[in-house]
Amino acid sequence: MTLLDFARGPALQWSLIILVFGVLWQLLGTILIGVKKDLSKPRRNTAVRDGLATIATRSLPEHQFEKKIRFQHFSGYAWHVALFIAVLFSAPHILFFESVLGFGWPHLPNGIILVTAAIALAILFALVIRRLSHPVQRLISNADDYISVIVVIVPLVTGMLASAHIGARYETLLAIHFLSVEALFVWFPFGKLMHTALTFPSRFRAGAAFGRRGVKA
Amino acid sequence: MRKHQTLGVYLHAQGVSRRAFLKFCSATASLMALPPSAAAQVAAALAAARRPSVIWLSFQECTGCTESLTRSHAPTLESLIFDAISLDYHHTLQAASGESAEAARIAAMEENEGEYLLVVDGSIPLGNPGYSTIAGMSNLDMLRETAGGAAAIIAVGTCAAFGGIPHASPNPTGAVSVSEIITDKPIVNVSGCPPIPVVITGVLAHFLTFGTLPDLDHLGRPVAFFGQNIHDRCYRRPFYERGQFAHTFDDEGARKGWCLYELGCKGPTTYNACATLKWNEGTSYPIASGHGCLGCSEPDFWDKGSFYTPISAGLWGSRETLIGAAAAGAALGVGSALAARARKKKARAAEEAES
Repeated sequence: MTLLDFARGPALQWSLIILVFGVLWQLLGTILIGVKKDLSKPRRNTAVRDGLATIATRSLPEHQFEKKIRFQHFSGYAWHVALFIAVLFSAPHILFFESVLGFGWPHLPNGIILVTAAIALAILFALVIRRLSHPVQRLISNADDYISVIVVIVPLVTGMLASAHIGARYETLLAIHFLSVEALFVWFPFGKLMHTALTFPSRFRAGAAFGRRGVKA
Repeated sequence: MRKHQTLGVYLHAQGVSRRAFLKFCSATASLMALPPSAAAQVAAALAAARRPSVIWLSFQECTGCTESLTRSHAPTLESLIFDAISLDYHHTLQAASGESAEAARIAAMEENEGEYLLVVDGSIPLGNPGYSTIAGMSNLDMLRETAGGAAAIIAVGTCAAFGGIPHASPNPTGAVSVSEIITDKPIVNVSGCPPIPVVITGVLAHFLTFGTLPDLDHLGRPVAFFGQNIHDRCYRRPFYERGQFAHTFDDEGARKGWCLYELGCKGPTTYNACATLKWNEGTSYPIASGHGCLGCSEPDFWDKGSFYTPISAGLWGSRETLIGAAAAGAALGVGSALAARARKKKARAAEEAES
């Protein structure tokens, strides 16, 4: 069995099993754990509306600390948009998703994907440098943050190298790319990358709870 | 061609002009990635070369490799050069049969001890000697006996080079490649199903010219022919870069000759000279005919999933496995949440009892 066969076969299968198992475990365990019953009389019964409104308001730049976090705010958006384009609209990626999900969607040319991935990588590096150089951010960062960054950077770099056929034989680059993505899959449910699944539910819950008390979330 | 007649004299007698011969030598030197000055050396060496004795053994194979060399519609210079070697033993091509055929092999081995080339096509079954025999002798015994006095071995075709289709899972005959049995002789793997004829003649020409075998890659294949993957030399590569793919074999993309990556083309992971040398005297090759590369010159190409599965797709088990993992994860999530609730309830009750 070659490295590529291993990466496309057993390694992929087990990493996907761990990903699906871990995400559902963490997600349901967190959502169903429940909160202490609020015995006070609700100011209004608009939990769903308040929850959804909070998802929207916390996704917008309006914020009392906006001046201080502007760079982080917009670079964060740019990073996520660039990453999603590179991941979701690359033709080889769509073929991969199709093999797992059973359906695909239109793709973008390789050149656009490469440029987008390069932009995403540059933004992520800038954010890491900021995290390392900013005293408060450095203080609140732990190993989870850095591991999460590494497991995202490596697939980006290996994907770009594989796409451009630079550094090694294509099958070796493709195998390393697969393995790096599989490392991300395995880490995903157990680190801060789970924010992908928990961001919106947590905003919804906070908005609903605050709304019940008549407080702006 | 008489045995001690030189190749140059023989080709001249066959009506091959000096110009055509030099053209072939230049092309061969170029194919083998030799400097331009080497063309003259190739020409001089080939012209003076005496026919080397070649013993061709066919084991578990389909004769496709021999067909590849011989079924051209017109005699080519390559075939003339192939004729010019002393092919002393070849099941398919020799006139002799039975004991006289085996006697020819033994005679060639004794007469050219340590100097003859051994060409092998087909894999060797290790599971049971009776799976494939020639004149009552197992393939394994015949290979060992014949390889003993060979100067070098050329494993022609993916079966001889890597086990090929007989080696495919579950490998019922225990098929193996030549290099898994013979470890003390120089071996060149000319893989492909079948291999490109000019690659075989190129290796022979290199041996005749320099008395050595060409530079080989990590799989024992001549770097000059197997140094680049088909994708990098494919005329459809620009379509790949632009993201223009054929989605089916009869859609607009297919008709326009767009990239076949989505249809499972293995060009990016297959190393061979198909895209440059092509087949049938440079006429075409599979991708030019509208079908993706099968990756036939790579080990275990038959066991790498469907020919029509893109190489960026996974070769994983089943969606049912993932559904099972999802169910187990959901059960654990619900269970852990309920357990946490029960603990909290118990703690609250204890707190209330204390107060």
